[in-house]
Amino acid sequence: MGDPKGFLKVKRQAMQYRPVCERVKDYKEVIAPVWASHSKDQASRCMDCGTPFCHWGCPVGNYIPEWNDAVFTGKWQKAIDLLHAANNLPEITGRICPSLCEYACVLGINDDPVTIRENELAIIEHAFKAGFIKPRPPKIRTKKKVAVIGSGPAGLACADQLNKAGHNVIVFEKDDLPGGIMRYGIPDFKLKKSILDRRINIFKKEGMVFKLNSSVNIKPKGFDAIVLAGGCRVPRDLNIPGRDLKGIYFAMDYLTQSNMRVRGEKIADKDLIDAKSKSVVVIGGGDTGSDCVGTANRQGAKCVVQIELLPQPSTCRPPNMPWPKYPLLLKTSSSHEEGADRKWSVNTKEFAGENGRVRKLMCVSGDNEFEIGVDLVILAMGFLHPEKTGMIKELDIQLDNRGNIRTDDNYMTPQKGIFAAGDMRRGQSLIVWAISEGRCAAYCVDKYLMGSSGLPIL
Amino acid sequence: MDRRQSLEKYGLYDSRFEHDACGVGFVCDIKGSPSNNIIKQGIEVLNRLSHRGATGADPATGDGAGILIQMPHEFFVKVAKKEGIGLPAKNSYGTGLVFLPVNEKERVFCKSIFSRELKSAGLNLLGWRNVPVDNSDIGSAAKASQPSIEQPFISGSIGIDLERKLYILRKCIENSIRSSEIKQKQFFYITNLSSRTFSYKGLLMPQQVENFFLDLKNSALKSSLCLVHSRYSTNTFPTWDLAQPFRFLAHNGEINTLRGNINWIKAREGLFKSRALGENLKYTYPVISPGGSDSAAIDNAFELLVLAGRSMPEAMMMLIPPAWQQDNLMDKGIRDFYKYNACLSEAWDGPAAIAFTDGETIGAVLDRNGLRPARYIVTKDNFVVMASEVGVLDIKPKDIILSGRLLPGRMFYIDTKQGRIIEDAELKKNISSQKPYSKWIRQNLLEFDDLKTANSKSPSSKTPKLDSFSTLKAFGYTREDLKFIIKPMAESAQEPTGSMGNDTPHAVLSKKPQVLYNYFKQLFAQVTNPAIDPIREELVMSLDTYMGPEKNILEPGPEHAMRLRIKRPILTDEELAKLKSVKRHGFKTKTISTLFSVSEKNGFTKAIDRICAESVAAIKDGFTFIVLSDLGIDADNAALPGLLACGAVHHYLVKKSMRTQISIVIQTADAREVHHFALLFGFGAECINPYLAYESIKRLIEQVELKMDFKSAQKNYIKAAEKGILKILSKMGISTLQSYRGAQIFEALGLSDEVIKRCFTGTVSRIGGADFETIAKEAISMHQDALNRMKIEFPYLATGGAYQWKRDGEFHLWNPDSIAALQDAARNNDYKRYKEFAALINDQSNNPTTLRSLLKFKQTDSISIDEVEPASSITKRLATGAMSFGSISGGAHETLAIAMNRLKGRSNTGEGGEDPARFIPLPNGDSKRSAIKQVASGRFGVTTNYLVNADELQIKIAQGAKPGEGGQLPGHKVSVTIAKTRYTTPGVTLISPPPHHDIYSIEDLAQLIFDLKNTNPKARISVKLVSEIGVGTVAAGVAKGHADMILISGGDGGTGASPVSSIRHAGLPWELGLSEAHQTLVLNDLRSRVRLQTDGQMRTGRDIAIAALLGAEEFGFCTACLIVSGCVMLRHCHLNNCSVGVATQDKILESRFSGRPEYIVNYFNFVAQELREIMADLGVRKLDDMIGRTDLLEKNNSIVIPKFAKIDFSKILYKPESSQPVFCTQAQDRCIDDILDKKLIELTKGALENSKPVKISLEIKNINRATGAMLSGEICRNFGEGGLAEDTVYCKFKGTAGQSFGAWLAKGVTFCLEGMANDYVGKGLSGGKIIIYPDKKSGYQPDKNIIIGNTCFYGAINGQAYINGLAGERFCIRNSGLYAVVEGVGDHGCEYMTGGRVVVLCQTGRNFAAGMSGGIAYVYDKDKTFKGKCNLDMVELELLDKDDCETVKNMLTSHYKYTASKAAKGVLDNFKTEIKKFIKIMPIEYKRILDLTEVADG
Repeated sequence: MGDPKGFLKVKRQAMQYRPVCERVKDYKEVIAPVWASHSKDQASRCMDCGTPFCHWGCPVGNYIPEWNDAVFTGKWQKAIDLLHAANNLPEITGRICPSLCEYACVLGINDDPVTIRENELAIIEHAFKAGFIKPRPPKIRTKKKVAVIGSGPAGLACADQLNKAGHNVIVFEKDDLPGGIMRYGIPDFKLKKSILDRRINIFKKEGMVFKLNSSVNIKPKGFDAIVLAGGCRVPRDLNIPGRDLKGIYFAMDYLTQSNMRVRGEKIADKDLIDAKSKSVVVIGGGDTGSDCVGTANRQGAKCVVQIELLPQPSTCRPPNMPWPKYPLLLKTSSSHEEGADRKWSVNTKEFAGENGRVRKLMCVSGDNEFEIGVDLVILAMGFLHPEKTGMIKELDIQLDNRGNIRTDDNYMTPQKGIFAAGDMRRGQSLIVWAISEGRCAAYCVDKYLMGSSGLPIL
Repeated sequence: MDRRQSLEKYGLYDSRFEHDACGVGFVCDIKGSPSNNIIKQGIEVLNRLSHRGATGADPATGDGAGILIQMPHEFFVKVAKKEGIGLPAKNSYGTGLVFLPVNEKERVFCKSIFSRELKSAGLNLLGWRNVPVDNSDIGSAAKASQPSIEQPFISGSIGIDLERKLYILRKCIENSIRSSEIKQKQFFYITNLSSRTFSYKGLLMPQQVENFFLDLKNSALKSSLCLVHSRYSTNTFPTWDLAQPFRFLAHNGEINTLRGNINWIKAREGLFKSRALGENLKYTYPVISPGGSDSAAIDNAFELLVLAGRSMPEAMMMLIPPAWQQDNLMDKGIRDFYKYNACLSEAWDGPAAIAFTDGETIGAVLDRNGLRPARYIVTKDNFVVMASEVGVLDIKPKDIILSGRLLPGRMFYIDTKQGRIIEDAELKKNISSQKPYSKWIRQNLLEFDDLKTANSKSPSSKTPKLDSFSTLKAFGYTREDLKFIIKPMAESAQEPTGSMGNDTPHAVLSKKPQVLYNYFKQLFAQVTNPAIDPIREELVMSLDTYMGPEKNILEPGPEHAMRLRIKRPILTDEELAKLKSVKRHGFKTKTISTLFSVSEKNGFTKAIDRICAESVAAIKDGFTFIVLSDLGIDADNAALPGLLACGAVHHYLVKKSMRTQISIVIQTADAREVHHFALLFGFGAECINPYLAYESIKRLIEQVELKMDFKSAQKNYIKAAEKGILKILSKMGISTLQSYRGAQIFEALGLSDEVIKRCFTGTVSRIGGADFETIAKEAISMHQDALNRMKIEFPYLATGGAYQWKRDGEFHLWNPDSIAALQDAARNNDYKRYKEFAALINDQSNNPTTLRSLLKFKQTDSISIDEVEPASSITKRLATGAMSFGSISGGAHETLAIAMNRLKGRSNTGEGGEDPARFIPLPNGDSKRSAIKQVASGRFGVTTNYLVNADELQIKIAQGAKPGEGGQLPGHKVSVTIAKTRYTTPGVTLISPPPHHDIYSIEDLAQLIFDLKNTNPKARISVKLVSEIGVGTVAAGVAKGHADMILISGGDGGTGASPVSSIRHAGLPWELGLSEAHQTLVLNDLRSRVRLQTDGQMRTGRDIAIAALLGAEEFGFCTACLIVSGCVMLRHCHLNNCSVGVATQDKILESRFSGRPEYIVNYFNFVAQELREIMADLGVRKLDDMIGRTDLLEKNNSIVIPKFAKIDFSKILYKPESSQPVFCTQAQDRCIDDILDKKLIELTKGALENSKPVKISLEIKNINRATGAMLSGEICRNFGEGGLAEDTVYCKFKGTAGQSFGAWLAKGVTFCLEGMANDYVGKGLSGGKIIIYPDKKSGYQPDKNIIIGNTCFYGAINGQAYINGLAGERFCIRNSGLYAVVEGVGDHGCEYMTGGRVVVLCQTGRNFAAGMSGGIAYVYDKDKTFKGKCNLDMVELELLDKDDCETVKNMLTSHYKYTASKAAKGVLDNFKTEIKKFIKIMPIEYKRILDLTEVADG
């Protein structure tokens, strides 16, 4: 805590976004670059609490006060060391984490919380820029071979930890490039893919091996341990009349395709999902829905309506979610700023169409029945559980009653040596939780392989 | 086995921690003519000191009393003849009282041993005399343990040779009987065998002595001197043998360094040789008889030195030297004498007034701090009376030629043969010139600082096998160690400060590997002796260390000075290299590696064996220094904990009596905090080289965490460590490191007997715990973590998490989950959520933190909750802790008060006073008045009005977070409001001294309790203590001192600001302290007289339930209430930076305070409800029925952590038998029914009822104590703080006033005393006026004679004082606003003063104005010696300006008017010239503030 009175002198100043009129025209990141001096000021607001609730609220347990202090005093190397000590992918969470920490920030009790996420981003970007981040392959290799299935945040975090511990890690990915949801679920304007590539390249140089396009056909015998981190991709469907009309898509399909197009891939016309000049309805009020809104606007949608079953959340902390809990609040994302008609407490009744294509969505809100004209419907209502076919079936993995993989406290499935982590284990969640899962699983795997583990564990 | 023994064996009581403080005195005919009158007068003195003694539950059993006189030869000839014993000539036979078993067989056995040993000593037994006694008026407890008392007459030699033979004889008999098998061993005791002196003593009250020993009624019994002693023991189980005087001396005080002194004497026995005592000396060991008190032990040591040939004064100068190290005013020859003797022996340190005699000469000495009163009077007819008080004999004023007091470190000595008093200066000059001490020192003593730096390479320049980072990890260094410990120390040379309490697991419970240091808790002084202020009273402190082998100290000679003096015993790497290179006097250094092989079986314990053996071998090979070094760890070799290595070798050598032949240097990587260093010194290390701490400083510099060069950083670090060590010493009341070394002032918490026995012999460890295997495992685990898994390279150290909560750090009970749950529950009045909170706290099975978490309730028949007493009656027993307005914000403070008043519980002012506006209830019925008014050492805001507006007055002796320490509120925090409630000046720093300066002993505490009871008879008086070994005996003493309630705080309690080492490492859990106090009180039949309260990290109903079962009837909550009020444990209290407005005085932040009384009410109702549920489960209807029911508790064996299995709760859960109630059922005798104030109140009725002026004239005696306090309380109750108009009540007294004359004297009262007064005149003076002048018939000079005692006008708020005579030490200490004139003052005058004016007309003592932050003093410096005596740290010396001259003139005019002071007249008569000789003592800060105010006003 460089300046104990910092929080009384400096006001919270959140990161700036590029102007809406400019940013909707492209898929470049909406955030504007952050200046070190700005971060330093903002970091000075951190009080270095005796009981750092931010550090408690953060699923990976980032050493927030410690690196805030390092930012304040300009010790960027120390800051990145501490940041990496708890987080394998700070450049990702620094961009898209909903910042549970900030909701737990002590300053938030009666003032604005510290801009923790942005400080995190400043550290990691500064570190890359300054060349602090170099591949550091482990000096000693064990003879253990570990397969990590899935290269999303859980898989990558897990693989990184295990690789650091000296194990030979092979990451299997069914898609053509690693990253999972980070590559295909999140639009470029929130996370440009070069950021992901930058990290993955380091992983590779550190000895992590990626097997892409691999429809998994693992023989457990070939590995000393296997970690299943394939995510939770089965989407929740909307079973109302008219669901089989054309023009209704799952969000993940829509976003994945958009991401591929941004990358420059050609999509066959018949498969194309495009919002250009269309009336778009996004069903589901969460982060994925929000990403769909932003994408639709960039594709040139005529109008975008986002509807949510639940009532509009409060803009301030409701009494049943007191500090330091992560509250359900009305979040207005950068995508919303770019234009969306948000409707709350809306029950969808029926799709109606013409020529097999969707044209109308019938809704009820309270006593009020109404319809929305629509050309494209995106279903962003969350995910149910992992795919039960494929790997899970092949390896005969046990599931829990929610359909996720069952493990013991050590992340191990009833099958010896087979572990699970991330959404596949805990169900749909945040990236930062996935990282946390991956790290914990890595610790358990290391301990399983070596008898004890020197990996950090929270 | 009696009750005491069974408690000692199965419970928590430990007789080693008994304390006593006493009345001591003597009378003497200077010319040496014996008379029966002297004995009579001695007995009279004894009787008049009886208020300094104490009685236990049995009012007729005292703590012991006795007298020591010259051998009454003629008397014995007569009485022996009757028994058929013919006595030879005077001085050719010896005798003494012998206490024998009452069982005849055993008595005969003891006497046969006597005969046997006599024979082998070549002495003859002339016969035994049955000493006639009458036990009809002694108490039942005394009767039950009364021995059979006989008296042998022994001949066989003459004079001193006989004395020596008798000494050897006595020691041999004692040893034989101690090793015998007899059952009544405890009865056996030989008081004294001498041909010169004789003593009568026993477990008696002073007034019983004369009746018990029939000899004393015989007028043929004659002596020219009589030494008397009346004991006030905390002792619950006083015994006959500990009554004083001992063989040579009587002691009032406390030897703090006892454990070390005993060990060092033991260590020296191997070298003892005495021509005088001969070969048989070796049969007398141990020199210090086991089982004795501290006083008995120093008597043992003194006796040996004297009988081996030193004179009594010389032996006393050796054992109790003054603070010579920094006394530049001392004669050089005398200083050299002390320096020489420091090479021979450490001092026996602690408060002490010791009177000693050999029958021919008699003397008294005071410790270096002057912490005991000793006054004397010399009369025209060559009579001297010396005692703890003046007024113990009625002496006609006209006969007095000298009224004096003993000064700190000085001696008062009478040689009846020469027939004169020998002045201190003359005496010491003579003694110091007996031998060429200066030459011996000059030629032999090496000064380390003067030696050349070694050329050899520094030890750490050897290429280490490991990089420093891995080494840091291997020794368990954390990021926190660097951030919170090393960095602040290196940066600012200060010990790091923190706030809030400690809520982490005890080392023995923690799942994280612990450094061994964490298993030890610092002990501290409370009640029985004062802590010292190492900053303001630095002149008594010293870190001097003497290296090199000791010789036989019984024979003086130049060889003793062949030692190496090191002023700073924490060595840099270069200094260690230099030390190793010293070759003079045959010095040579052996380095012994303390590494052990991790892979070898039992490698750890084998290494301990090895280093012990190598140390002995080193001594045999002629090495003089050993360095125990853990340099060079590698993959297979880990280090023994530095402390373990140190303790193991030290104790091994002590046991072999070889310890003083070699000096031990600890070169260890694991020591890094102040606490670590203190432990190493405390367990015997001479010097320490914490090389890895230095390495970590280098690392911090490399990482730009420290922006300074290494040299300065290292220097700062060492300085901070030294300051911290002095603080730890001083909190036990110890002044010199030499005395602290090996004194083991620690309690172990969670170490097994095997570890204690081997490495920390004699250290208390009450719950067992970690054995060598566990310690080895912890050491190896840290080592392995760092080394074997190096493949995972994380470039950072472990988190730590002890000072801040961290997810991967140490567990904290206050963590985000529990804090959030508690706040939710209290704010939303949600009991379900409260239960979630309670579950987080109560169920610690995954993270055991507290001792209570390891206990569980036994299965019993439960009852319906409806049968349990209601919550409303439980909340009455709850209190909030003492948190001052100042440490917490006004909003927080008032919220607590309102809530507690609603609940009919009690809130506590803390030590910062309280705004009188809060005494008036609010219109809605709420009240902001705190029921408990605290009286702490700073006495801030402690006015008469404050005292009378209390339901409870709490004397804070110690505080859980920093027991034994003072505090400081920096000037910038002293806002206008705070200054107002504390009666000080805004902006001026306020210092709370470590001790109450009117409580240096248990008898003093009794006095303060008495003072407070007088001022407010309606309030109950409580005393706040902190848990540590011995707190039970202290509690018993406090109960005997008539306190109504005793609070035992846990050592983990919170604080607004305190050194972090104190927060974590001082004081013990309340479970231990409470249980010890309860057990000890029950066993003493004192429990039913006092209530017990406990606090310290209380959170839930379960906590209360456990506390009740362990013995408490009331419960205090602090941190939890703050959390309910919005605190989220930022731990920023010391930064004034609390973002939630709880612990801050910043206006903006204060406005963020969001607490409400309702929340606290909700919380306490929940706590009570939870407790009721537990009570229902246990089948208990009333809380009183739970108290002390340890049979309802058992160890919870379902908790499985490795170290836990070894913990033993049986002592905590021991339930002593008792026929009496084990909770408070009766009120204390208030002892204020027939005091002088009752008369005063009667006589001043007119004034009290309608403000009419009253004049009274009365006689006064030393037994009239606290005169004026009750009257003042009445006035305040009737008229409020404003009191009456000046001089409305005018009381003229004649005689010698007892202690606390004019305490809290209210406005409108004038006390005029013709005569003298004792200590504490005018304490807390709240507007009254005190005038004291000598009896007009006496002829002595006011400027040379003492008229009032020590610590006068302590904490005076306001008023005037005119004293025509000298005052003792600490005059006007912590004066807030008094205007006082005095002729002269002793040491530490005006210490900690914050306001008012003081004029001193002649001499002052040393250390004047120490810690003085406000007010002004004017000293008439005629002989220009003042400057050297003034402590200039906080004040400047100036010339007087016009206003000053006016002030002085006015004050002197009044002084002359009231007291007819000649000195005042002298100045007034030549004012223009004389005023120029005055010096103005102006606090720097005060001046700045006054200047600012002037500018603002102007």
